Amino acid sequence: MAAVQETIDQVALIDVDQYKYGFETKIEMDKAPKGLSEEIIRFISAKKQEPEWMLEWRLEAYRRWLTLEEPTWARVNYPKIDFNDIYYYAAPKSTPGPTSIDDVDPEILKVYEKLGIPLREQEMLAGVKTSRIAVDAVFDSVSVVTTFKEELKKAGVIFMSISEAIREHPDLVRKYLGSVVPTTDNYYATLNSAVFTDGSFVLVPKGVRCPMELSTYFRINEKNTGQFERTLIIAEEGAYVSYLEGCTAPQRDENQLHAAVVELVALDDAEIKYSTVQNWYPGDKNGKGGIYNFVTKRGDCRGKNSKISWTQVETGSAITWKYPSCILRGDGSRGEFYSIAVSNGHQQIDSGTKMIHLGKNTSSRIISKGIAAGVSQNTYRGQVSTHRRAENARNFTQCDSLLIGDKCGAHTVPYIEARNASAQFEHEATTSKISEDQLFYCLQRGIPEEAAIALIVNGFVKEVIQELPMEFAVEAQKLIGISLEGSVG
Amino acid sequence: MLEIKNLHARIAEDGTEIIRGLDLTVKAGEVAAIMGPNGSGKSTLSYILSGREDYEVTEGDILYNGESILELDPSERAAKGIFLAFQYPVEIPGVATMQFLKVALNEQRKYRGEEELSTPDFIRRVKEASARLQINPDMLKRPLNVGFSGGEKKRAEILQMALLEPKLCVLDETDSGLDIDALKIVADGVNALRSPDRAVVVITHYQRLLEYIVPDSVHVLYKGQIIKSGDKSLALDLEANGYADIIDAAA
Ligand SMILES: Nc1ncnc2c1ncn2[C@@H]1O[C@H](COP(=O)(O)OP(=O)(O)OP(=O)(O)O)[C@@H](O)[C@H]1O
Ligand SMILES: [Mg+2]
Repeated sequence: MAAVQETIDQVALIDVDQYKYGFETKIEMDKAPKGLSEEIIRFISAKKQEPEWMLEWRLEAYRRWLTLEEPTWARVNYPKIDFNDIYYYAAPKSTPGPTSIDDVDPEILKVYEKLGIPLREQEMLAGVKTSRIAVDAVFDSVSVVTTFKEELKKAGVIFMSISEAIREHPDLVRKYLGSVVPTTDNYYATLNSAVFTDGSFVLVPKGVRCPMELSTYFRINEKNTGQFERTLIIAEEGAYVSYLEGCTAPQRDENQLHAAVVELVALDDAEIKYSTVQNWYPGDKNGKGGIYNFVTKRGDCRGKNSKISWTQVETGSAITWKYPSCILRGDGSRGEFYSIAVSNGHQQIDSGTKMIHLGKNTSSRIISKGIAAGVSQNTYRGQVSTHRRAENARNFTQCDSLLIGDKCGAHTVPYIEARNASAQFEHEATTSKISEDQLFYCLQRGIPEEAAIALIVNGFVKEVIQELPMEFAVEAQKLIGISLEGSVG
Repeated sequence: MLEIKNLHARIAEDGTEIIRGLDLTVKAGEVAAIMGPNGSGKSTLSYILSGREDYEVTEGDILYNGESILELDPSERAAKGIFLAFQYPVEIPGVATMQFLKVALNEQRKYRGEEELSTPDFIRRVKEASARLQINPDMLKRPLNVGFSGGEKKRAEILQMALLEPKLCVLDETDSGLDIDALKIVADGVNALRSPDRAVVVITHYQRLLEYIVPDSVHVLYKGQIIKSGDKSLALDLEANGYADIIDAAA
């Protein structure tokens, strides 16, 4: 009992204040007035020099949003958000939009450097260790730079901020935007449709295997500012792309809102692999501050034999409300969801996935690993359903929870709905604790307590870590250790 | 090397006294066997030596190389060279045996202010040690102790011991669950570690193991005390006559 109790006390003490990305940078910002109205939406649209149809799309979403109620079904508690007390647009004055690396405010470059995200292509090339990754850097409401654009262009891949894409490829954006997550989808998605500011756009053309990993790195810097990111990724017939998303925010006493929408479209035989390491500021040990993360992510396996795979490592945010899902529309399509959700301190996570089987011979796989410590609450919520005409749908779900201490909670809420008798669904769930015996065994071998917990937890999540691209896997393992123990490195 | 003086210890949670005035000295280079009936406190003693917090020392002291170790936590004791081969090795799911070994070895080195082992160096050492113990290298890719047979677990304990090169080795019923061939291999593994600067404490119920690992001294533990000590002939005597006479004599 004693050793584990001590660990629990330690974990309780550490406070999520160990957050090492909590610094703030003073940068002069161009902001819209606080609050939400049609004026503000027009302001955002004008700042982005959007075409008329885009503005109309936003306004329609806004009018719809006004009629909606905030959902309450998730197992999360937070005071009512005052949507008029938020800035919906904040862009660095020096760098009001995507530009070339030489024109980016050096202060902003420093921010990304400090975060370990190199934006200079030469530097990335110089670093022999890391393989090359193209980055779209989003700072508050705008993308400040996108790297390796030229090289990608040669391969036929379009990778740019969504604001740029709306101007440069309006037809493509118009065709796909909202086709997976309609503006009417849910409260936060509708809000996002009205006020989204930036995010990434990717199109990998027919038959092309994207020559490098693509990524977007989101940074919230400005106070009281919401971040409403919008990302759209399309893989045409036979195309392949692996995409990574990372995010951090300064440490603040107020809560900040992040409400993103991500849409993926995979045509015939295409494959999209989407990985996230979510590390928003989680709040302090008393539960003060932290990001409210209300995210709608959905992939549409639109073509036959297409595949979409979501992998997420969730360690940050005060509240996480997030269900990356797959619509398995094409015959023979496949959806995957691999998740590690770590909650500590007062964090609340309600996350999971939906696998919606519509086509014939579709399959899905869900592996979810929840780790709860401190006084956190960690819920897996997942839905697997088959349509009447979806012959031979298959799903395998495995949900494992690991508790550290006895003041936290882990919950599993599966919804299973099979309207076709040929469906084969398997569901396994376990809940365990790090045992005294395991901990003592590690200690006896000379492994100190913090390292022992990190080792045991990393063993617990191994199946999911294996799904991450190499560069991320190492980072993610470290991050999990840090979130649980507060010991850096 | 090891001096246990009038040790009293109880279960922290409910205060039950398990070790009741135990004295034992083991010199460097010595192999000491501890025997005793079920429930007499042998495993408890091994846990207390390694610093398990479930037990509280209420009286007496444990000196290791002349210094009290009661204030050291288990990982510190391990890094200083105290190793316990568990009676029931614990499963660590998802952590490959190889990875576990590497973390353990490097954490100990870090504590002692030594440099980390390079990966090739580490792999070479593991290969050598596992060959000697006839452990299939494929087994080392599997999560530690998960799905290992009883005998494989015991062999893996000795592999860890061989790699960590401890100074004080405590083997808690390492012979139980081993087939005859494995018993020989394990005993050879232990004998290979015998050296003038290393002490071994072998906890066992059977004379058989002591035919292979010949002890310098044999001690009988009963109700938390050493009630009789002798040389290797004491083990033979116990094998033939059981504990009753010794217990009666001590009472
Ligand atoms: N944590 C504990 N909680 C309750 N009882 C305990 C605990 N640890 C030890 N005991 C008790 O202390 C006594 C000694 O146990 P121990 O495991 O040390 O015996 P042993 O000599 O190793 O026996 P065996 O030969 O069967 O392995 C037993 O009665 C056991 O039930
Ligand atoms: Mg025992």
